[in-house]
Parts: sequence; C-alpha cells; structure tokens
Amino acid sequence: MGSVVKILNDRCIGCGTCIDACPFAAILMMKRPGHDSKIELAVIDSNKCLCCGACVQACESNAIEFVKSVSRDAVDRNLYNGVWVYAEQRHSEIADVVYELLNDGKRLANKLNTTLSAVLIGSGIKSNAQGLIDSGADKVYVCQDPVFDNFQDDPYTDVFVQLIEKEKPEIVLIGATNIGRSFAPRIAAKIGTGLTADCTSFEIDLQTRNLQQTRPAFGGNIMATVLTPSHRPQMATVRHKVFKAAKVEKNRKGEIVDFKVDAKTLVNRTKFLGFVKDLGAIVNITDANVIVAGGRGVGKGEGFKLLEELANLFNGVVGASKAAVDAGWMSYAHQIGQTGKTVTPRIYIACGISGQIQHTVGINSSNIIIAINKDATCPMMQTATYALEGDLYEIIPNIIKEIKSIKDN
Amino acid sequence: MNVIVCIKQVPNTANVQVDPETGRLKRDSADSIINPLDEYAVEEGVRIKERTNGKVTVITMGPAQAESVLRVAISRGADEAVLVSDKAFCGADTLATSYTLSCAIKVIGNYDIIICGKQASDGDTAQTGPGIAGMLDIPHVSYVKKIESVDDKSIKVERSMEDGCDLIESPIPVLLTVVKEINSPRMASLKGKMVAKKAVIKTLDAISIGVDVEKIGFKGSPTQVMKVFTPHIEICGEKFSGQAHEVASAFVKKLSNTGILQK
Repeated sequence: MGSVVKILNDRCIGCGTCIDACPFAAILMMKRPGHDSKIELAVIDSNKCLCCGACVQACESNAIEFVKSVSRDAVDRNLYNGVWVYAEQRHSEIADVVYELLNDGKRLANKLNTTLSAVLIGSGIKSNAQGLIDSGADKVYVCQDPVFDNFQDDPYTDVFVQLIEKEKPEIVLIGATNIGRSFAPRIAAKIGTGLTADCTSFEIDLQTRNLQQTRPAFGGNIMATVLTPSHRPQMATVRHKVFKAAKVEKNRKGEIVDFKVDAKTLVNRTKFLGFVKDLGAIVNITDANVIVAGGRGVGKGEGFKLLEELANLFNGVVGASKAAVDAGWMSYAHQIGQTGKTVTPRIYIACGISGQIQHTVGINSSNIIIAINKDATCPMMQTATYALEGDLYEIIPNIIKEIKSIKDN
Repeated sequence: MNVIVCIKQVPNTANVQVDPETGRLKRDSADSIINPLDEYAVEEGVRIKERTNGKVTVITMGPAQAESVLRVAISRGADEAVLVSDKAFCGADTLATSYTLSCAIKVIGNYDIIICGKQASDGDTAQTGPGIAGMLDIPHVSYVKKIESVDDKSIKVERSMEDGCDLIESPIPVLLTVVKEINSPRMASLKGKMVAKKAVIKTLDAISIGVDVEKIGFKGSPTQVMKVFTPHIEICGEKFSGQAHEVASAFVKKLSNTGILQK
C-alpha cells in the first residue's frame, strides 16, 4: 500500500544519479547499517515521493524497483469504444477549443480505428450539430432541454454521466475552459475514472489502447506522461490553441442522435440568476494573436501607453506581469501567469519582464517569444526566440518607427 | 455558519530555481508554503464566520510537515485545523485525494460551506474542489469572485467566466472554489501568530476516516505517471544588442524577413 518505489540495497552503488533525476527532491544518500560504512546508498523519502518513476529510468544499476499495484476497481475496457469531444457552447456559441479537439480527436479515433463523436448540451442548440460534423465528428449526441439554457454544474454533470454510462466511450476530451475545468472533475468523480488536466499532446498505445496524456508539471519545468490504464473512459482536458482547428468539410455526412433526458429527474440544485457581460473583457487576452506585455521594468503606469502603441501595430493587446498589476499599472484582467491568465498567442513580446517561472508558465505555448530587457542574463532573455538587449523606452519607439515605415511603403 | 477550508502545502515556486543543465528544480530552494490561492479561500471563510458567527475549520491532506500551513491558516483567523495524514495516502491523484478529503470532511461533519482555492500552484489541475463536491454529492460553484449574500438556507455568488460573470444561487451545503478577485487576504496579527503556535492540530489517519483502502493513495488513483521528462527548452534563438536604433532596425528586418509582419 502507498509508496511502491524501492531501492534494492544489494544493487545500489551509491552513484547518486537518481538524486539528480528526482523532480521532487525525495531521494537522499545515507549510510546503511550492515553495509560497507564508507558508502552511502540511496534512500527514498516516502513523504516526498510521488511515485513518478523518474529515478527508475535514470538508475543505471537497475537498483530501483517500481511495483505498480493495479486497483481492483478496474473496469472491463473492452466494453468501451469511441472518442468523444465535449462540444462546449456558451450563449449558443461553440467554443473555439471544440474544433481543435475535434481535429486531434479525429487523429486518435483513426489510430484506434473507431469513431469520433461530439456531445452537445444546451437549449435550442441543435443547429450547431452539422458544424461539428463538418469538422470531423461522425456522430453528435444532442442533449436539449430548457434546463441546459445556462451552464450549471449539476444538470450538465448528470446528463453527461448518464450519456457516458449508456454509450461507454473510451476517451473523453474536454476543453480546459472555465466550464470544462469546473464540471469535468465532477464527472470523473461521479464515474470514478481518471482525469488529466491541461494536456499538451496525446499518443495512443495500440496494444493496450491506452491514451498517453502528456502535460506540464511543476510550472512546465517537467513534462509528465500520464496513463489511465485500468479505468474507462480516459478523460482529459486541453487548453485553447494547443491544437490546430479541424479543417471544415461542408455538408459532411454524420449522424445526429437526440439523447432524451427527463429534466424532472435530473440533479439540479443550483439556480442560474443572470449573466453580466464584462465590458473589460473586451481585452480578451486569451484569444489574442499578439500580446505585448509589460513587467516591473516598465517602471510606471504611463509606460503601458507605449506598449499599447506597439500592440496596435500588430492588432494585438496589452498584457502585464503580476508585478505590474500589483503596482497598479494595469488591471487584473491583463495579468498573465500562474495567478493570472494562460495565453497562447502567435507572438508574445515581453517588455521589462525578467521571466520568473510564475510568469513563464502562462506563456509557454506561445509560438514566438520576443524579450526586450536591459538585463541580458534574465531568464526571459535566455529563453526568448528573439532577445533584444537595451532600454525598452529607447528600443520600442524605434521599432514602432521602423514598422510604420515598412507599412507605409 | 460553519466553514471548512481545504488547503494545500506546495513548493514555494517564487524561490524555485531550475538547473539550466538538467532543467530540473533545484531542491535546496524548494521550501513549502500555503498554496497562494488557498489564502483567498481562508480569508473568505474567516469573513463568512465574522459575519454569521460560526467557525472555520481548515483541512489539508499531506505529510506531517504540512501542519505548518494549517498553522498559517489559524494565524489568519481559522479556528480549528485537521491534518489528514497517513502513509497509505501516498501517491494519490486528484480522484483519490478528492475521495480521501471527502471522507475526512464527513467525519468533521456539521458544515455549511466548503471553500477551496481555484487551483494549486504545483499541479494547476483545479480538479480536487469539484471532485470533493461530487464525492459528497453537494452542489459546487467554481471560479467564485464574490459572495453576494448568504443565509442558513442558500448562497448567491458571482462566478467569473471568460466573457463576464454568472450569478448563481445554491442551496447549502455547497462547495465553492474561489479566485483571487474575491478579497485581499489579511496579514496574520501578532495575537493570531501566538494562537497558531499553541493550537492543537487534530490528525486523522486512514482508519479514523473510514476509507475504502482500494480507493486511496497510489492504488486508488486511476491516473498513473508513465514517465517524467524534461521538455526541450531552446536556449535563446537570437540576440540583438547595441544602440537602440540598431537593435530595433535589425530586429524589424528579421521580423519582416520571416514574414511575421505581413500576416
């Protein structure tokens, strides 16, 4: 029970390779009673060990044993078939991430030689079904009822759980939006299956039909590949813009299935009272293609006007680090990073941002990162695609001038 | 109102440094703190208590040293603290953690509101809160940015969404996960620190919360880490330095050559 990573004392040579491999600092070197007193051997601190297995791979003496105990709650996996994508809609509009999930979902379904289905829950939303088929879904389950008019965790979870229990998909992919991140864990808890958050890539092991779910861990310093080996369905959430949107094939053939629910028996304890559109949300930085962000190095609130001018040239928006928001230079809606938003623009321009890990976790998936900073040694400058060394108040006006002159010609 | 606040001990990422050669965390810098978003959960719990009379119980699952974050919560106004700790919980994923905490919460009992931070800074999954609510079969509302009103039957909250906010009413008991906008956590008072130092922390192990041993720890976790690897980090593509106008012009030329400007 519990920790199952073990050091085999007779094989361990005390080389210490595993200490470097352990992402959680859970391995120490200690002298062992009864062993040659000069040699210290590896010991696993079971309070810190998360059984990730990194040390097992690293050990060249095969001195670390990893016994995986399989839960007895395992299900008969052969009963489960098909890849599902949750076709999230809000205010009757399908979320962009859905088309991206359909694209990768199709690839997985093809590999598994099975079908791709979309699950559409809402009220008066059936007209969206063909669009999902055009983007690759072979089948669309439509759950329509006035009770689904607005997203609430109770009824949405209940209907999704009923549908999963009836149809038994092997994989369920859900966008890591506020809605997805809110009810996916509830669905997984109800069914008792695994859910992997914020995956960045998927592969299939054809022998076991297991989905290999890769996600960043510890702020993106480490990637972890996660399996749900003995439970079905295998559930995962994926952030917007991790995958490309599916190609649209107009009037593609597919099946639309109405899933009838009795709204009266549905769990529905909360009440939706209303929606207030956030006018500040016009700066939807999560959707922006180009973001010009400022940090402590901007030095003053007015400095962000210059950043905005640069952003406007790219039809981009302005973002800010936590330091800049804490200083009151920008509002929280603009904050990027661990306690702010995660963004995936094509171009991210970091001005006066040193690139602390809490910030960079929010921008890791950007295509091109451009850093402007006086300090060439800061992490942001080290990892940027293009690192511009110097004073942002001198460099940015020059960039604006150059770009304008190109655009004018 | 009795509030239970679930908190987590996480590595202090502000101090975490990455070894540039191995790309791994430097262990000596990885000390532990209360998960930043849980501070807002504790504060909101204490505010509810101050308005309605009642008590705030903080709970965490973790090794013995996780006690320190419980004391932090007490110093900021929580009344009681429970450490859910057992070797058997080791290796738990979010499902097994949700299950274990839900069992412990049933043992604590007599609660009106459970509050969690939106997500933990180490895993970033945001799964344990809604998972606990699912296991307890009580409603939950995620991303709560404001509690509009609360009485002994129901609560009205604002849920922060990408495009604005939803107003949701829920019966009690309910579980809320809260975002940063909800409040500004207070600092611990001197008196609070003294209280925290002396506070007796209750410990619950696997037997005392009556868990099904098949559903906890590594064994009870449907997800298993197959491998861990260091992502390929490209150390800088290209550097531009010199006079500001030179830097700017070389850079813009590069941008226009790569076709970025045209798109």
